[in-house]
Amino acid sequence: MSKKTIVKVEDAGMSFDTKKGKFVALRNIDLNIAEGEFVSLIGHSGCGKSTLLNLIAGLTLPTSGSLICDGREIAGPGPERAVVFQNHSLLPWLTCFENVLLAVERVFGKKEGKGKLKARAEAALEMVHMTHALHKYPHEISGGMKQRVGIARAFAMEPKILLMDEPFGALDALTRASLQDELNGVMEKTGATVVMVTHDVDEAVLLSDRIVMMTNGPAATIGEILPVNLARPRDRLALAHDRDFVDCRAALLEFLYQKQVKKAA
Amino acid sequence: MSAATITSDKVVSMHATPSVVPAPAANEAAAPVVAAKNSAREPGVPLSETVLALFKAVFPPFAGIALLIAVWALLAAKGGSIPGPLAVWDAAKVLFADPFYNNGPNDMGIGWNVLSSLQRVGIGFGFAALVGIPLGFIIGRFAFMNAMFDPVISLLRPVSPLAWLPIGLLVFKQADPAATWTIFICSIWPMIINTAVGVQRVPQDYMNVARVLDLDEWKIVTKILFPSVLPYMLTGIRLSIGTAWLVIVAAEMLTGGVGIGFWVWDEWNNLKVEHIIIAIFVIGIVGLLLEQALLLLARRFSYGNS
Repeated sequence: MSKKTIVKVEDAGMSFDTKKGKFVALRNIDLNIAEGEFVSLIGHSGCGKSTLLNLIAGLTLPTSGSLICDGREIAGPGPERAVVFQNHSLLPWLTCFENVLLAVERVFGKKEGKGKLKARAEAALEMVHMTHALHKYPHEISGGMKQRVGIARAFAMEPKILLMDEPFGALDALTRASLQDELNGVMEKTGATVVMVTHDVDEAVLLSDRIVMMTNGPAATIGEILPVNLARPRDRLALAHDRDFVDCRAALLEFLYQKQVKKAA
Repeated sequence: MSAATITSDKVVSMHATPSVVPAPAANEAAAPVVAAKNSAREPGVPLSETVLALFKAVFPPFAGIALLIAVWALLAAKGGSIPGPLAVWDAAKVLFADPFYNNGPNDMGIGWNVLSSLQRVGIGFGFAALVGIPLGFIIGRFAFMNAMFDPVISLLRPVSPLAWLPIGLLVFKQADPAATWTIFICSIWPMIINTAVGVQRVPQDYMNVARVLDLDEWKIVTKILFPSVLPYMLTGIRLSIGTAWLVIVAAEMLTGGVGIGFWVWDEWNNLKVEHIIIAIFVIGIVGLLLEQALLLLARRFSYGNS
């Protein structure tokens, strides 16, 4: 890894106080994320992958260990670590454009004029092909479109790192595929650093440079890390028969369904 | 048993075949108004269907009103002292021919009486909003304040606002502000409680957005808290105005002056029972209009969520 490390997670752990006593969600997490890297967190539900993402986001603070972003300890959330939420979390009383503008204003409002800020919001929405719905309200557009706007909002902030919590989890398979392709395109254009939580094996292989596989909770930790050395740009059709793609997929499936069998809930 | 089942099946199928509306839509269309709208939009629906749907939408409310008037007419015919619908109608025609006459403070048109009641409600309610909404925000935002004010509100809320009237008279030494004071008291509870609940129920997702964007407190209030709480606040306002309109009639009966409540009492003293019945209708219609106006306002700010 010659590239600069953006996020450094050192021996991080997270436990919650519950009525039944202490519940350890995560333990001994060590992870470095390099600039421009796309890292996926995968694991069964309840393995604490979202908890780890929230730690990087600063939405929750670790009970042990430390997280460092760009040389500074993560002490809370901030716009340099943009989050794409699973349920889009657009503000329903603002149009798509206004939702993105709110984020843009916060990050660039002190340095740039109104016109420049508007141009930024428009450019971000154009990148995810939402120019036709600039002035629509979230309830007027489909689930896939909402998630596009959510992604545009995050990208518009030009964050150091983009955190995505199962961004396509609530979408149907076809919409999900087209959004994955779009995200791949945006990634190539911007060279963004991304951490994505997913439970979709294909999605993880298609998008990631590295896949972090988490063991089952409680007291979950990193089980294995799988590098994905597939050339970019990646084409979903060509990859379907690609040897490396199939191997990566098999490695993930083996980890999830052999080494970390989830007991029937 | 089996015969009955077959008949009901037949009824259903007969019903379903002519209506072009698909089955789930027909199920949802429990309210006749919705059914009417659906079939009106459907281009292939025959005219008789549209007429039938319209009839279904319009007939029941009219039937209800007609029943009310019929029962009233019957009671009037039997009871003797209660004037019937026709007598009241004649009195109403005279009354509404000149609703805004002014023969001194004790003899003003019904229009003036309604307006001065509305004015009291407006002022009392306005002050309640001024105090109650910020207080609701504070109680909703800070758990300590919630714990502090909860017993006070729980203790005072069940008290009839009229019990506060003597306190108002004592403090203000005048009837008019005392009546406004009771309106203030009865309006403030729903505003505080609904605003506080609204603030407590701001979705965590939106607060997370605020945290990730690291918005300043002013932006959090204007862009997230206020719009999110607005529907709850409007519910509070609607409940407040409804209660206020109930209370003002009673308060004015006690305080006197110009106002619809006082007018009712005055007409009772004059034994003009027709006017009392007219007043009942007027109070009902004004209350209905207030409610509908606020519902309309609430719909404007529901953001397509509900």
